[in-house]
Amino acid sequence: MSAILKGKKGEQRLLMGNEAIARGALEAGVQVVAGYPGTPSSDIIENLSRVAKDRNMYVEWSVNEKVAAEVAAAGSLAGLRSMCTMKMNGVHVASDFLLHLALSGTRGGMVLVACDDPNAHSSQHEGEMRHFAQMLEIPLLEPGNFQDAKDLIKWAYELSEELRSIIFIRSTTRLSHASGQVILNELPQTERKAVFSYNGFILDQMTGSVITLPIFFKHPQLQEKIKKAEQRFESCPFNSYTGPENPEVLILTSSACNLYSIEAVHLLGLQSRVGILKLATTWPLPKGLIRKHLQKVGLVLVVEEVLPFLEENLKVLAYEMASEIGIKRILGKRDGILPGFGEMSPSLVAGALAKITGAKLDQRPEEYEKKVAERVFFGAPARDWTFCPGCPHRATLWSIENVLQMDHRQGFVCGDVGCYTMGLSPINFGTLKTAHAMGSGTGLAGGFGKLEQFGMEQPVFSVCGDSTFFHSGIPALANAVHHGANMIMVILDNSGTAMTGFQPHPGIEKNAMGDIAKAIDIAKVCEAIGAKVRISDPFEVEKTQEILFQLLEEKGTRVLILKQVCALSPEKKGVKKFEMIVDAKRCLGEECGCNRLCTRIFHCPGLVWDKETKKARIDPILCAGCGVCASICPAKAIQKTPATSGKKEAA
Amino acid sequence: MKPLKSNPYNLVITGVGGQGNVMASRVIGNMLSILGYRVTIGETFGASQRGGAVRSDLRISEDITFSPQIPKGGAHMIVAMEPAEAIRVLGQLGNPDVQVICNMRPIHSVNVISGEFTYPTEEQHRQWLSELSGRVWFVNTTDEAVKMGNPILSNIMLIGALAGTGDLPLDRSLFETVIAHWLSADKLEKNLAAFDKGMAMTMQ
Repeated sequence: MSAILKGKKGEQRLLMGNEAIARGALEAGVQVVAGYPGTPSSDIIENLSRVAKDRNMYVEWSVNEKVAAEVAAAGSLAGLRSMCTMKMNGVHVASDFLLHLALSGTRGGMVLVACDDPNAHSSQHEGEMRHFAQMLEIPLLEPGNFQDAKDLIKWAYELSEELRSIIFIRSTTRLSHASGQVILNELPQTERKAVFSYNGFILDQMTGSVITLPIFFKHPQLQEKIKKAEQRFESCPFNSYTGPENPEVLILTSSACNLYSIEAVHLLGLQSRVGILKLATTWPLPKGLIRKHLQKVGLVLVVEEVLPFLEENLKVLAYEMASEIGIKRILGKRDGILPGFGEMSPSLVAGALAKITGAKLDQRPEEYEKKVAERVFFGAPARDWTFCPGCPHRATLWSIENVLQMDHRQGFVCGDVGCYTMGLSPINFGTLKTAHAMGSGTGLAGGFGKLEQFGMEQPVFSVCGDSTFFHSGIPALANAVHHGANMIMVILDNSGTAMTGFQPHPGIEKNAMGDIAKAIDIAKVCEAIGAKVRISDPFEVEKTQEILFQLLEEKGTRVLILKQVCALSPEKKGVKKFEMIVDAKRCLGEECGCNRLCTRIFHCPGLVWDKETKKARIDPILCAGCGVCASICPAKAIQKTPATSGKKEAA
Repeated sequence: MKPLKSNPYNLVITGVGGQGNVMASRVIGNMLSILGYRVTIGETFGASQRGGAVRSDLRISEDITFSPQIPKGGAHMIVAMEPAEAIRVLGQLGNPDVQVICNMRPIHSVNVISGEFTYPTEEQHRQWLSELSGRVWFVNTTDEAVKMGNPILSNIMLIGALAGTGDLPLDRSLFETVIAHWLSADKLEKNLAAFDKGMAMTMQ
């Protein structure tokens, strides 16, 4: 039984923030869940999908975030409680539908959980989603600790059903992927029956058609909902103040920044001078609560990630109240006391607070600071991210890179989002020259592929993962084919949404709940769109390169599907296809003239350079036995033999 | 609940993706949670399967939920699955009194494999770890784990080594209580043996 199902009311569990959110969904009686994987949000559905059968829920990994929001909304419109999850990029993808859904309204409670990634730990940017709440007019809640991450969910559903509006919940990496103790509540036993009513009066959102028009009626109705949300926020039990009755400084904060603020006050021993107002309701701000706290203090420090969202909204309110409560000094990101990029930390907040209050922050001895900096420089060499041993992407990019270099026309590759984005880095051949949103490599390549009339002669590739293909690669390919763009789309089919933990997608014969699903054939889709399609195995390096050379000679929109399962997939993990050895007699070392191709350029962690023998060597613990390196050694010193044992022993 | 040496007590588990760092921090976190301490574990998974450095910050307190990030210079104990990573963590969280348990088997990064960076010798690492900490235990858990049949047992051995120092109230039966929830009976015995072996490495 899954950890989030275990435990009765009153029991305490150490849960990851995302597990707490998932448990909160169960306690709220959610019946329909849909999302698209993306770090740091994926674990919510991972956990819920495991208990879908036990709780009679419907859980799916949707094709993309917009469709996920639509699937979840259908549950709501049929009267059920539904949840939708995604990382912040997904909110941008889903926003067109959400803009409409805010106006049309919802029926059964609907919550969208979006996880931001300040500092871009697992992202290509650190853009945030909070502004969408204001822009789309959707109430926004943010849990400020692990207990709130669970309990706020049920509160959000009650609010959603009172307002008949979707509610946003925002988490961040440091909450979603951190763990803390959570006291459990009971799981409900009742289930609702799904019915979509539509015969009522057209403007009645509970019984009539679900529409956004007429605007003169629907928009004021939405704004009434936001006013009502603000009233509820005034007494939200998850907003709390800790500190002296009349603090010198008030910290206004939310999310993981609440924990940093508590710690900064603790570090500086400022408990009697600084108060913390933890806000769970960050849009719209509860004006009365803000007034109550602002009038007692002259100086406010806003601690938040990433942009000054709370700060700017607070300043609007403070301006409106200035005639009653006087002018307040509000510090944060706009004045630079805290940075407007990256994530916060206890040290950063304590530094700002020390500056404001004159309190002293303990520092390491100067001598230690100097010595440790020097030791890190020499003692901890860089550890750049790279493809795993046995990763099909290394083989794929190796082939594309080599073919492009031999082609001599300055061809290049446009990438998007996935493990293969690491192909941007020189350590991973630097083959990718652009990387943006999901499917954007193919969209860009299609654009480059139309620039011939302006003299462009460079061949253009895009790389696109299998999950990304379904997410947003298909429209880009259709556009390229329809307009006759000269480009080669390479689909890296590793049989799953590998980067985020191997979630299924429409090309897989299994769904999120483990049931058999209809798999859609990527090659047939591409052919139906009208592209020429070839298929190869990236581990067959020579064959793949030969096809790439042929494709470079052709015109139009060409597709190459490279199929090889991710090295970390459950069925492959620990299974070696080949035993690899370096024949020391054949390896000529530095004398070879290959410039240590295998270790200096190919960069598989399973292949190491032995400083003593001055020859290459296989690391048997790291090597995954894919056999690719056997085809790159000019001296044929790296040799493969079919593995006999197959699987490494499991722990 | 025994009083901690410090409130909070800040423990770091560091290593390289694939070494079982996340599991080790969860096991330790659950052991301490059973004893009634407030525990926060901060971790980032991004690099976990791509050869990057992986660090978990455990904040252990008698009464407060601390943040998922240890403040600069604030570590009390660093359990390192790889020596260069021990040095890297000292850079941010080290201080003259910090204690370190370090598995001395290096994992060369691609930057080292390519010759772009030089990996220090074991002697250098031993010297630097000693001068940057109050106390250090050098252990060889990977070698011992390979002898037991699987290198991944190294992380369990390091949990044992942490228990062996006596710095936190961790023991074998507590370990067994937590790990029994996660592992099938046939694997339990091997993991307990690994724990014992680790414990012996640091016990006085």
